[in-house]
Amino acid sequence: MKRLTQDEIAARIGRDIPEGAYVNLGIGMPTKVANFLPPDREIILHSENGVLGMGPSPAAGDEDWELINAGKQAVTILKGASFCHQADSFAMMRGGHLDVCVLGAFQVSVHGDLANWHTGAPDAIPAVGGAMDLAIGARQVFVMMELLTKNGTSKLVETCSYPLTGLACVSRVYTDLGTFDLGPDGARLREAVAGETLDSLRMLTGLPLSGA
Amino acid sequence: MIDKTVATTAAAVAEIHDGASVMIGGFGTAGMPAELIDALIAHGVGDLTIITNNAGNGESGVAALIREGRVRKVICSFPRQVDSHHFDARYRAGEIELELVPQGNLAARMQAAGAGLGAIFTPTGYGTILAKGKEVREIGGRNYVLEYPLYADFALIKALHGDRWGNLVYNKTARNFSPVMATAARFTIAQVSVIVPLGALDPEAVITPGIFVKRLIQTPVQGGLA
Repeated sequence: MKRLTQDEIAARIGRDIPEGAYVNLGIGMPTKVANFLPPDREIILHSENGVLGMGPSPAAGDEDWELINAGKQAVTILKGASFCHQADSFAMMRGGHLDVCVLGAFQVSVHGDLANWHTGAPDAIPAVGGAMDLAIGARQVFVMMELLTKNGTSKLVETCSYPLTGLACVSRVYTDLGTFDLGPDGARLREAVAGETLDSLRMLTGLPLSGA
Repeated sequence: MIDKTVATTAAAVAEIHDGASVMIGGFGTAGMPAELIDALIAHGVGDLTIITNNAGNGESGVAALIREGRVRKVICSFPRQVDSHHFDARYRAGEIELELVPQGNLAARMQAAGAGLGAIFTPTGYGTILAKGKEVREIGGRNYVLEYPLYADFALIKALHGDRWGNLVYNKTARNFSPVMATAARFTIAQVSVIVPLGALDPEAVITPGIFVKRLIQTPVQGGLA
């Protein structure tokens, strides 16, 4: 089975982010999308800890630990950047000002429910951070994930079994085997990775996917 | 003459009492008022409710406060981190209570407290276990959860520059919760890197107007006073 690497998924997402977009990239895999934004487009990155206009990582030795991203990694800012406090930063999300948010997920339902904050394990210490705000906070919420777990179970599901982060909030899922649009009518295959077909992806997910 | 500056961190935290609720600025260690927290530990009070984004990193700041057994309850959004072992141990031992609040709701509830609002309806958390048992309402076709304001007796925050009236400006992403906490606490104490003369701050650039700040201390304290 030919699967896209994480970098290839990130590049695929990068191509769909339009000129002028305000974008939040979630912690973990989605952070990689920053490396694949088309250089001819002006795209402004938001980090929920209070920066708009985030730039690349600093060179080793140039870190400023009062200039960090939501993953608590050192970052830089671009010309035109601004800082804000937490209430304003989350107003940018909740108020519908951000255009795109890219998040990781444990599971996504065909109707766009998202589970990405808690496995529900009884001994796990719960931590939510900005996950629930991000899930409902951008005009378009994209998920970036591998389609199957290590055991081969689909992470795109009819109904999430993990605790939810948000209801009907994800509009598109980019995976290593295909890209899917989600909504009230269920999941629709937007694009299959070379070697996969609508039928093969129906088999892998066990879902009644509609066609591209 | 109004002068909110004090000479020692001990004097800055002197009013904090057993059982107090204390907001502590910072996102991880960026903006965490470490010297004020050290003074709070030395002050000896306990049974505290701490309201902050993370439940401590490593051995200093909020982590040290928890390690020393001064904290009864933590209200925060993201306690679990690679270096939150002091919180993790006390939480697993049942020695510390946790109220988990989504980060944006944490800020919005503080903002409601500071602005004198009775409650807010927020879309964040709707349909999740963090909204279980809470009142919900559909407004304009969207679903919201009723959340109440979050006040505190005290706030400990960190800023870059301040003047004797309590006007503050911050440094980069170290700003995070501090301006919001300053409005929500009844008694806000700021540690600032430099206390500047009145008039030195550009009024257009002041982030926290002095009305929200009760006390300031320059840290590290010049001349070895601590």
